[in-house]
Parts: sequence; structure tokens; C-alpha cells
Amino acid sequence: MVVKLYGPDFAAGKRVLVCLIEKEVEFETVPIDIIKGQNKDPDFLNLQPFGVIPVIQDGDYTLFESRAIIRYYAEKYKSQGTDLLGKSIEERGAVEQWLEVEAQNYHPAIYTLAMEILFARKKGTPSDAKAIEESEKKLGKVLDIYEERLSKRKYLAGDFFSLADLSHLPLTKYLADMGKMYLIEERKHVKAWWNDISNRPSWKKVSSSRWPVLE
Amino acid sequence: MATPVKVYGPPMSTAVSRVLACLLEKDVNFQLIPVDMSKGEHKKPDYLKIQPFGQVPSFQDESISLFESRAICRYVLEKYANQGNKRLYSTNPLEKASIEQWVEAEGQSFNPPSSALVFQLAFAPRMKLKQDMGVIKQSEEKLNKVLDVYEQRLGESRFLAGDEFTLADLSHLPNTQYLVSVTDKGEMFTKRKNVGRWWSEISGRDSWKKVVDLQKPQPPKSA
Repeated sequence: MVVKLYGPDFAAGKRVLVCLIEKEVEFETVPIDIIKGQNKDPDFLNLQPFGVIPVIQDGDYTLFESRAIIRYYAEKYKSQGTDLLGKSIEERGAVEQWLEVEAQNYHPAIYTLAMEILFARKKGTPSDAKAIEESEKKLGKVLDIYEERLSKRKYLAGDFFSLADLSHLPLTKYLADMGKMYLIEERKHVKAWWNDISNRPSWKKVSSSRWPVLE
Repeated sequence: MATPVKVYGPPMSTAVSRVLACLLEKDVNFQLIPVDMSKGEHKKPDYLKIQPFGQVPSFQDESISLFESRAICRYVLEKYANQGNKRLYSTNPLEKASIEQWVEAEGQSFNPPSSALVFQLAFAPRMKLKQDMGVIKQSEEKLNKVLDVYEQRLGESRFLAGDEFTLADLSHLPNTQYLVSVTDKGEMFTKRKNVGRWWSEISGRDSWKKVVDLQKPQPPKSA
């Protein structure tokens, strides 16, 4: 049975796509146009009551929240494809810690930047200059901590690529579109880490497809 | 008897209390190590060594140091799977994924507006900081939309992930406790029939009552 992924073209959808490819799990995609508000249609709300993307259907089973979806598939298919969870309870603990750091510290700052700069541009709505300035400052502080961490370990959770690194791929890509890649490139170890993870075949495949927010 | 695990941070912190609730449910002995945030202890070099973001809680046992409350909870649930409440998590992959779905919903949809309200209404006054009425209004609107979804969900099942109290429900205890007990926004929960029922049930658990007790100012220890 093939996994059906709704709303794959946007950042959180791409987070799931990369994981499925790393785990060698077959999938099909169903586009959901959030610019047109398709995510607020009753049919979609039946699958994802918060009206956000992505959501997956696997046979009878429905699951939403991209970081829950990637945990599920990383565990279910632990013995195939790339091991994204570490080999012990302690390594898994480190993966969970840095995945939460992404979700709670990295994501809010970079998401605000993407919404205020790229999404506002696309929708033709005014952007909040103060929010942009504050978010960039916050993101810089987080990246300073990453710089220190990545000077001691090749990847965030240890010396292995994991869900924690993977989770950063989709939104970090938007920094290039915002002309803010210097945040990555000015930090030696963060830059090396980004070059490594963004050159993975799984990410190259996913990032080469449409990024509808920018068209 | 196992060496107590260490939890760094004040119990009145919502994130610290999330971890304490989990440890109590799992019968894991812990030592609570104070971090005086009013004196900026969490931003000093000694603390930054164990939590580089300068946030609480931080956690240590004999094999690992960890931070981020939801990561600490997940680690505790795996490591101590065979003791205490075994139904907080699941070994069944689909059940576990449903729990993770609602833990993520808490972290991504419930937490931002509810923690903004907790800060503005419960902590800012204590810290003599000016409240931001715009943030309060926006956060209340967002939280109302989220609670409408919860109202529907909790009409379909007793707890968020199904028939059992799990990490998903536990994760909501800290912010809701403040909103219901020390702000005028408690009605957002109690006026919704299913959410109100759910809140009564989860906050009535012995483990949560113990956490609430720990959050009260402790009497000075006699010599």
C-alpha cells in the first residue's frame, strides 16, 4: 500500500518527503493549494482539522504534523534505508533533543521570516519590518549555538545524520530565496553542515521540484 | 535503589512542570535542583554549559544530559518503559504515532498562543513588566480556534490520542493550569463541554496534583 501525502509542495510537506525517500518508502502526492485556501475546504479539514499541511493517509490510517509523521516512518522502517534515529536509547534521546530544538527554537524564527518576506510578497500583503528584524536576530543567536555544537560533532545529535538534521532542510532552503544565506555561510561549521545535508540525494530530489510560494 | 535523576529549574516553569509530571507518572525518583531565574542564573556560564539556550529544564541521569521538556519526556518514557504508568506511550506503532501527532499539535498549535497568554497574564504582572494587549488579543483568538478543534476531537474520544491518558494530554497540563487557575481565560476551557470534561479529568490525576503542590512557595526548611 502506497503512502498518500497531501500538500507536499510546501516546507513541512517537504520535510516528510525527504524522510520517505531516505527510508525508501513508496509514496504518491496530492497537491493542496494553500494560496487558494484549499486547506480550509471541508474535505481537507476532515483529514486535518487544524487546516494545515501536510497530512498522510496510509491505508485506513491518517496522520498529521510533519514531525510526528517522520518519527513514525523512521521507526516503522528502522531496518531499511538510512537509520535516522540512532542506535541506542541515549542516541535517540539526543535526536529528540535537537528535533525539539528545531521545532521550538529554530522553526518559529525562520518561519516568521519566510511568512513576512516570501508569503507576504506572494499574497501582496504588507510585511512587518519589526518582526523580520527580531526574527533574524533570534535566528542568529540559535545559529551561534549550532556553530558551537557543530564544531564538536559532525551532525546535531552526534556523528550520524538524523531526523534532527533532516528537519532543518525545508525552511533553511528559503534563506537563499530571501537573500539571507549569509546567516549560514558566515558560520564555518554551520556552513559545512548545511553543505553536507543539502547535498544528500534525497534532498536534491525534493528541492528540485516546485516551490509554489515563489512563482 | 536507583540514583535519583536530576531536573534543573524552578517547578513553576511550565516546561519544568511538564517533565515533573512525566517523572511522577513513571515513578522515577528525582532531585529538583533550583535555578534562580530572577537572578539570571539560567544565563550564567555554569548553566549554559548544560543548556546552551539558557532555558529550563535541563535533565541528567547516569547515562545522559538532555534538554527540551518534550524530548526529556520521550526519553524517560523509553528508558523507564517497564515501570510506573505504562500507557503514557505505546509500543504499538500506530498508537504511538497518534500520541506523537497530538504532542506535536500541542507543541506547534496549542503552545504558542497559550504560553504567550501565560506569560502576559500570569508572569508579566509578577515581573512588573508591561502587558502587550495586542499579543493578548491575538493569542486569545488563536487559542480559541485551536480549542474548537480540541472540542470536536474530545467529542470523539475520551483523551486526545484515544481512550487512554497519554503523553499527548500530559503535555497540555502546564499552560492550562496557569490559564485556569490564575487568569480570567480559564473559561476558554471550562465553557467548552468536552474540553472542560477533559481538563477536569487530566488535572485531577494524583501526579498533577503533586506537581501543583511543588509549584506552591515552599515553607523555609527549619534548621
